[in-house]
Amino acid sequence: MSAHPTAPPQPDEEQAALSAAENRASRRRSLRLLGELISPLKAQFIAMAVMVVIAQAAVVAGPSIIAWGIDEALPALIDGDPVPTIQAAALAIGAALVGGVLTYGYVRQSVVVGQRMLLTLRRRVFRFTQRQDLEFHERYTSGRIVSRQTSDMEALRELLDSGVNVMVGAALSMVFMIIVIIGNDWVTGAVMLAMLLPCVAITVWFQRRSRVEYRAIRTHSARLIVHFVEAMSGIRAVQAFRKQARNRAAFDELAMDYRDASLRSIQVFGIYQPSLRVLANITVALVLLVGGFRVLSGDLQVGVLTALVIYARRFFQPIDQIANFYNAFQSAVAALEKIADLLAQEPHVAEPEQPTPLPAARGDVDFEQVAFRYSADGPEVLAPLDLHVPAGQTVALVGQTGAGKSTIAKLISRFYDATEGRVTLDGVDLRDISMADLSRNIVMVTQEAYLFSGTVAENIALGKPDATREEVEAAARAIGADAFIEQLPEGYDTDVNKRGGRVSAGQRQLISFARAFLADPRVLILDEATSSLDIPSERMVQKGLTSLLGERTSLIIAHRLSTVMIADRVLVVHDGRVVEDGSPRELIEEGGRFAALYEAWQESL
Amino acid sequence: MLGSLGRLWQTIRPIRGRLYLGLLSALLASLMALGIPQVLQLVVDRLHVGGTAAVVWTGCAIVLGLGVMEAALIYLRRVFAVSPSTLVEKNIRTAFYAKVLDMPVSFHDAWGSGQLLSRMMGDISTMRRWIAFGIIMAVTDAVTIVVGMALLIRSSALLALVFFLAAVPVSFIAYRFNRQYSRLSRLSQDQNGDLATTVEQSVQGIRVLKAFGRGPTALDGFTEQAEELRRTEVKKATAMARFDMFMFMLPELALGVALFIGLYLTATDQITVGALASYFATATLVTGPVRMLGMMLGQAVNAATALDRHYEVMDEPSTITSPAEPAAVDLAAARGEVRLDGVRFRYQDAPGHVPDVLAGADLVIRPGETMALVGVTGSGKSTLLQLVPRLYDVTAGGIAIDGVDVREMDLADLRTLTAVAFEDATLFSDSVRENVLLGADPSLTAEQSEALLLEALRTADAGFALELPEGVETRIGEEGLSLSGGQRQRLALARAIAARPAVLLLDDPLSALDTRTEEVVTGRLRDVLAGTTTLIVAHRTSTVALADRVALLDAGQIVAVGTHAELMESSSRYRWVIATQEEETRRDQDIETLTGELDLRGVRGEGR
Repeated sequence: MSAHPTAPPQPDEEQAALSAAENRASRRRSLRLLGELISPLKAQFIAMAVMVVIAQAAVVAGPSIIAWGIDEALPALIDGDPVPTIQAAALAIGAALVGGVLTYGYVRQSVVVGQRMLLTLRRRVFRFTQRQDLEFHERYTSGRIVSRQTSDMEALRELLDSGVNVMVGAALSMVFMIIVIIGNDWVTGAVMLAMLLPCVAITVWFQRRSRVEYRAIRTHSARLIVHFVEAMSGIRAVQAFRKQARNRAAFDELAMDYRDASLRSIQVFGIYQPSLRVLANITVALVLLVGGFRVLSGDLQVGVLTALVIYARRFFQPIDQIANFYNAFQSAVAALEKIADLLAQEPHVAEPEQPTPLPAARGDVDFEQVAFRYSADGPEVLAPLDLHVPAGQTVALVGQTGAGKSTIAKLISRFYDATEGRVTLDGVDLRDISMADLSRNIVMVTQEAYLFSGTVAENIALGKPDATREEVEAAARAIGADAFIEQLPEGYDTDVNKRGGRVSAGQRQLISFARAFLADPRVLILDEATSSLDIPSERMVQKGLTSLLGERTSLIIAHRLSTVMIADRVLVVHDGRVVEDGSPRELIEEGGRFAALYEAWQESL
Repeated sequence: MLGSLGRLWQTIRPIRGRLYLGLLSALLASLMALGIPQVLQLVVDRLHVGGTAAVVWTGCAIVLGLGVMEAALIYLRRVFAVSPSTLVEKNIRTAFYAKVLDMPVSFHDAWGSGQLLSRMMGDISTMRRWIAFGIIMAVTDAVTIVVGMALLIRSSALLALVFFLAAVPVSFIAYRFNRQYSRLSRLSQDQNGDLATTVEQSVQGIRVLKAFGRGPTALDGFTEQAEELRRTEVKKATAMARFDMFMFMLPELALGVALFIGLYLTATDQITVGALASYFATATLVTGPVRMLGMMLGQAVNAATALDRHYEVMDEPSTITSPAEPAAVDLAAARGEVRLDGVRFRYQDAPGHVPDVLAGADLVIRPGETMALVGVTGSGKSTLLQLVPRLYDVTAGGIAIDGVDVREMDLADLRTLTAVAFEDATLFSDSVRENVLLGADPSLTAEQSEALLLEALRTADAGFALELPEGVETRIGEEGLSLSGGQRQRLALARAIAARPAVLLLDDPLSALDTRTEEVVTGRLRDVLAGTTTLIVAHRTSTVALADRVALLDAGQIVAVGTHAELMESSSRYRWVIATQEEETRRDQDIETLTGELDLRGVRGEGR
């Protein structure tokens, strides 16, 4: 049986309430991530901003051209000079064309840029999760990763799709207007700037509240997804045990939590947006009031007041857009926080910075005082161990569940790193070998023969992605899997479907052997499956196993004495220590644990 | 597009009233917003001819009043439309979940889980946004455009005609945009779903990917898919940008032409300067909403696509349902006789040349009997097992429990009568207790449940559960403590036992156990489940020997039934599938060759 690490359950980070300092750190991380995504695309952002500005100018130019046409061209036309009229019309048409083309430019560009950022981020998250060790995957559920890659990305996409043109366009127009207003009349300018203070205050309020709510949304949507993914992948058990009603109730609660969180965020925004509107309208009224009395006292020209009132209105026109933008921004930042927190998880198994090249290994494996514990304060799972496995040797690891067999195997395949000491391949520390070299030379065949959706051939080819069809079939033949594969509906092109639904356990095992055979590593680690098979399949698997072992250095986590007996060497592991080491014959003669086992076995016959 | 949106309109019937109120608020808010500049203009005009403080005060008061009302109406619009829409969203979501939960396993085989997930989250959110904002904004904009157009006619019919002419290509462009954008929108949402499937598999198959160092290959595959999605999104954006371009250009071009004609008309005294000015003032009011048309249409298309995808699932008929008038089944008095009568089965999507998985299997399992099902790998043993609780339905023939065809029973009854332990043990994120007692009779008292739990754990040799950090309350499953394959399998077995079914179906439930434990468990099973009909997929001679009778499944048919000894004597095929004890012993004695099997647990006692 595989001795699985039973690491203590971790608190669900999805739910953890963060302290103020963690809050800030989380937000900083998320903004830094956003910065990292934007920085390689700076030039494109600037290009887009320029297009937005010019397109905005074309929008503003329209009414001016018409005004000029009525004020200047009309009298000229009446006087018999059609040139200004033609000029005005041409200008208007020109502005329409320029504005239209640039609209096309920036609308498309903003998505081009946004999608590029998303692709980068998606790849980064994917690569990151692939690199994490198993301890991480046992803690961070697949549903949460799916949620990071789907709904969190979606929140970001919403910001990126329209964020920039609003940001640039609206902000620019507001800045431009306020400058014009101050230039015209500083008193009005001062009034407007003063009114910005409550705007800032309400924005700060909105920022605080919406951050809380958007974080809640991300958490609840992730929980919803986690539940959904689990239910869908276990649908047979759900139905067979009539769990539907219970699941519906649980889902209903989760969906309601999610709905409540969404509603709260919408309500917060529902207060923020009209508040800004009220402030804007009050400001306009104030400008009129102050300006009106100054006109009455003769300090201000009526014409200037007209202009000021119009500018004040214009100043606030984009405020809804800005509010919307800020809302999307808050939502995206909350999503980015989740993604950045994921990316901030320290990988326990890191790629070396300057790897020692190891194109072709002989296959010598050495343990030098290797000890292992899952966490710094956890119990020692493996006591300091010295071990030399010469190239080509077949080693069987035997011992009880939890004795440390799997730990030794996982240390060699670098699913985990040693806490103390070092594991070497041909004398090179595994931590100095690039992952690519390592996985070419060392392959672990796990009990769980997971099949990906796709054909049988594709699943075998996973062992060597550039393999030809001939190679794939040769590997299947070598293992003895060809017979059943050829009988499948479409032979090698049969779709194994979701979760390998239509391939039996024995067949899955054979496919996974063929996969390993095709990968042709120097060092093979095999967690022997215990599944009982019918005798013909059993024979096939044993035969396949023998051809798979071949001349390789092999470590087998053995469950059957039959397998142990074909090994060159047996290691008996007990309580995290290797207590016996020798060929099966030697151990039987020495009369230790293994001999006792052997005797018990003999007696049972 | 209209069809799907129309169907949505039916779905939201209960909140229509509130949506109308939301719409009314939105229209009134626009009206208030329009009023403010009029008042401003009025005050300024008065000041021009020498106004008083009263004029200024009154003007300000009116502007303020309109402004506050505008904001209040915006607030009301959200209150009316948004909160009911979130409830509708939640209801659609839970209905969707309930639907897929009840869909047969074959449906789940065919649909990638990511496709279902993307519908559950993304599509339903898109629908909600369309309900809460899209509809109202579309109507508000449409009203503004129509009213504006009408006002244009008042200023000058000829100039208005110029503006209307510009609208002719708009309808053509909108039609083409709609078709193109619909296709792309569908593509992008489907690709989103596929991407989710890939992400999910890459995590669930992480051990294999790691073992073979295939992270980079997986990344390449993922990148390719994500890149395809990106390209689709860019295509969508291009279509949208082109449409936006026309929506910007056409009205502005029309205004340019109108300026030329208008100036000429004014110069020749056919219209007044005032009419010309008011024409342009009104026209600029219309151009804003016209520019928003692309966004509106895009949102509508996205919502329609989301609806199409949603209804695709909702409209899929569930092929495995309870009959309208289920046969009465006395659960307490069930004897558990299982009869397979000419059972045929083939997967719906199997190509024509493939023979049926089951081709006329006949078998009678007597009440209380333990029947071992033997056959070579891939002979359809698991499939046969899953037909009993109707996880799949037979293609032809029938399965009856106590003389009642399973298709005539209520599904809940049927699945109470039966319990399955699957080959791949699925546990849920819950406590050990909840997991094991999942199928147990809910009417048991606390003590009875406790006793049942302990008995089931003991029978399945899952005593380790009591030693977990929090005992049977320890949370397991994906979100909890990770267990080894063998531990999961034993808990899944305990779950099947605790359900106390009349018919117990065990699909190689002990594969991860060593022989000796398997024997122990099988022996205990016989004691605990005396009187429970059991169908167990078996490979080992030891297990088979414990069964009352054995059925041999070969080429889709039950070719032999009898005790182990009888079959050893009568069936050469059986002898080929199952080794004889003697053969095993013979092989076992020669330790140089591949031999029998025994786990080191045999010396566990000695080891401690």
